[in-house]
Amino acid sequence: MSVHQSTPTVNLEAAKNLGLLPEEFEKIQSVLGRMPNFTELSIYSAMWSEHCSYKNSIVWLKSLPKEGPHMLVKAGEENAGLVDIGNGLGCAFKIESHNHPSALEPFQGAATGVGGINRDIFTMGARPIAQLNSLRFGDPKDKRTQWLVKGVVKGIGSYGNSFGIPTVGGETYFDECYSQNPLVNAFSAGIVETKNIIRAKASGTGNPVYIIGSATGKDGIHGASFASKDLNEDSANDIPAVQVGDPFQEKLLLEATMELAKTDALVGMQDMGAAGITCSTSEMSAGGGCGMRIELDKVPLRQSDMQPWEILLSESQERMLAVVKKGREAEVEAIFEKWDIHCVQIGEVTEGGQIEFLWKDEKIAQVLAESLVLGGGAPVYYREFREPAYFKEYQNFDIQSVAEPKDLKELAKKMMALPNIASKRFIYEQYDSMVGTVNMNTNNPSDASIVNLKDSNRALAMTVDCNSRYVHANPEIGTMIAVAEAARNISCSGGVPSAVTNCLNFGNPYNPEVYWQFVGAIKGMGKACEAFNTPVTGGNVSFYNQTVLKDRTEPVFPTPTIGMLGIIEDKSHCTSIPFKQKGDLIYMIGSSHNDISSSQYLAHLVGVSASPVPYFSLEEELANQEQLRMMIRAGILSSAHDVSEGGLFVCLMEKSIHSDLGFDITSDDSVRMDAFLFGESQSRIVVTVNPEKEDSFLDLMMLNGVEFDLLGHVTKGSIRIDDEEWGMVEDYASIYDSALQNDLKA
Amino acid sequence: MHFGVITFPGSNCDQDMIYTLETTLGQKVSTLWHKDSELGDIDVVVLPGGFSYGDYLRSGAIARFSPIMQSVIEFANKGGWVIGVCNGFQILCETGLLPGALMHNSSHRFICKNVELKAVSKKNAISAGLTQEQTYTIPIAHGEGKYFVDSDTLEQMEANDQILFRYCNAEGVVDESSNPNGSLDNIAGVSNAGHNVIGMMPHPERAADANLKNEDGVALFRSFIQRAGKVG
Repeated sequence: MSVHQSTPTVNLEAAKNLGLLPEEFEKIQSVLGRMPNFTELSIYSAMWSEHCSYKNSIVWLKSLPKEGPHMLVKAGEENAGLVDIGNGLGCAFKIESHNHPSALEPFQGAATGVGGINRDIFTMGARPIAQLNSLRFGDPKDKRTQWLVKGVVKGIGSYGNSFGIPTVGGETYFDECYSQNPLVNAFSAGIVETKNIIRAKASGTGNPVYIIGSATGKDGIHGASFASKDLNEDSANDIPAVQVGDPFQEKLLLEATMELAKTDALVGMQDMGAAGITCSTSEMSAGGGCGMRIELDKVPLRQSDMQPWEILLSESQERMLAVVKKGREAEVEAIFEKWDIHCVQIGEVTEGGQIEFLWKDEKIAQVLAESLVLGGGAPVYYREFREPAYFKEYQNFDIQSVAEPKDLKELAKKMMALPNIASKRFIYEQYDSMVGTVNMNTNNPSDASIVNLKDSNRALAMTVDCNSRYVHANPEIGTMIAVAEAARNISCSGGVPSAVTNCLNFGNPYNPEVYWQFVGAIKGMGKACEAFNTPVTGGNVSFYNQTVLKDRTEPVFPTPTIGMLGIIEDKSHCTSIPFKQKGDLIYMIGSSHNDISSSQYLAHLVGVSASPVPYFSLEEELANQEQLRMMIRAGILSSAHDVSEGGLFVCLMEKSIHSDLGFDITSDDSVRMDAFLFGESQSRIVVTVNPEKEDSFLDLMMLNGVEFDLLGHVTKGSIRIDDEEWGMVEDYASIYDSALQNDLKA
Repeated sequence: MHFGVITFPGSNCDQDMIYTLETTLGQKVSTLWHKDSELGDIDVVVLPGGFSYGDYLRSGAIARFSPIMQSVIEFANKGGWVIGVCNGFQILCETGLLPGALMHNSSHRFICKNVELKAVSKKNAISAGLTQEQTYTIPIAHGEGKYFVDSDTLEQMEANDQILFRYCNAEGVVDESSNPNGSLDNIAGVSNAGHNVIGMMPHPERAADANLKNEDGVALFRSFIQRAGKVG
């Protein structure tokens, strides 16, 4: 066969420059039975990049539980996971990273992260209903961090607000390990009538193939390859690999796609993310067992001087690939014309699995779709791993080495001001959290974000969680805790945990110690998801999150962010954080431990970072959450909030600050006072009960032998611990409210 | 009453407005498209919030040139009822149907939160039925909501009772600390001289559902429907 030989020259050097390994270059030649031309080499380099192929993670990802009672599509089969939420509706949801672009160009990096995750949702025919995000930065007092926070938050807001889907929740962590390499993980969930689900598969020889949405430009070329290597001092030269977002186009694309989903004129559709036209044509073809003939000169362009390989690899945003039923072209084109969006036929579905790319009638590349994709011909690697030295060292920590603090009240105020504890109001007020009129937390906050399903008794609960300090201390148990905390947040809000999406942010997979963290995290996630019956529906892996500086390499904490969806079966089950009235009894489900390991207190106020993961038992966690859900269904609880960062004291203060009511509690003399107040041992939930319901509460608590403890009662506004005055709620509220904004000097 | 809610490309509060008018308030609603030039048989035109045409030039600056806006201007000049919320308010100022302009918030940041409103005007349908005894908790969500108008016009507007709402604190005190965006004299909404065209930055349609635990916005719509319904 004759294929046009485009310049530049193809050799091992060129392959290496595109990020391919020597053995991968050989494999390409053997697949093709000849030397690839530069365009073909570029196609393979993008599709076999870490970002698209999951070549270093897939063997472990396959071990995660994928089956669940509510699953509508198999994990990894479509653009996002899909869960049956009843009444003929499905919820599509997914989390994805945009770390490397955000490190270089925080505004566009974060904005296009939001755009990309939403396209994954609506390309399935689901209308996005809520967004969350999980962000990690360095020290907020550092100038570079301030620049990154400002840009990332503005980017998320600018894209999400204009797109018009509420940002209903999220988390922001600060730790020095992220100072060069912030993490920006965006989550979106959408609703689809199950009969209207759009699949990401091509089929039907002769069916027309369309490119829809924005014109193609030179932005984001080799973005997938860029995301698959370490950041270093020269990374700024990669700025052209960062894409530029246009939320207005995306909004139009959404509305047009929703109209299209209602017709049956469509065969399949996929959004263009990493590796643009290359990835969408090959994945749709491989998914449907067919090929495509694509005429690249028909693609609407932003710049007239683009090379064919640039068109193939461009990651210009707000584009989709659609396969339409032959004969229905006019109907589809009319929808996009109504919304003033490009909708141009660029080719057709062919028999066999070959994809042919043409430029002005000349064939410039021909590749076998199956050979490019994950689960097909893409490489799969088993990487070696090794326990890092720090792990054993961390186990040697002894609480006795920390002197018991004298001035606990002063310490309590410092706790409220810590960046990981203080209010994130300054950040979330920049996001439109109320558009769509579904956010049930605005006036009544709860541990997970509750999203109203209008005209239904049900609601959705969603959360993103990961305490990466725990994961660093012990990847397996730390990740189990991340899953447990996500489930706990859903349970505290009145929901039943349903399914998980994950965003696995790690360092360089070729570093055996980093890979050890990855393997441990997957093992822990698997165990916990199995236990909670929450299958992993999809997500993404982001390796290479470390920065190479002159004298050292700094990997980020291993950060397997868990996005969890829960279902609130009846809105009367919705349970919120704030205390409800003076005199209510405060109980803790779970038990106190003499444990300050990996706590915010130990790390940031004592200054010790070498300590193991806090106390955790999966069995206790499951039992406590089961008990909590039973009490909520019985209508006995006035409020619920889990104990997480900052320990019991911060948990109680958050209940106070959201209600302007105080608390009067008695400590537990079997544990140290700092551990009682600020320790982060897991599986604890603070609930309040109206005294009239106390008998029923105790009867139900006795049923299952779950440990619990009466802490005290709700007051009008004063804080009392062991009969000592600790001031008023507002003393702590003002610190909590303003500390982060002060640190960021915003 | 019969409401017509316009969808511009980039409108994103149109469905929320339609839901509130239909489901919470039981009104008849027709949807209007920016490329249309006929308003049809409606009593009130509503310009909803969002980012019309992406708001890339200046909020509302492009929407004013859309075909339907020519019809809205004619409708308003004949005394027809027009309500603009958020981006709708910005568009009405750009067309000149309402006096003044909306500039970038003083903080230069987008702000989304609940604010307290004090009803001011006794002549305007949307505020006349409200009590001075309480404040109304209504959400805002905008980057360009800092209201400005020259002092002569402001004087006329005050004399003619065209100030609908002012931002205040929970005690009803109008002061600097309760001004979320730097608006002149804490102005949150205004009308034209004829009191038939009204615009406000806060979103009453976001405070009209018991599931969201804030229904203060319903009082604004009820006040409007009771008074405008009679006149219209």
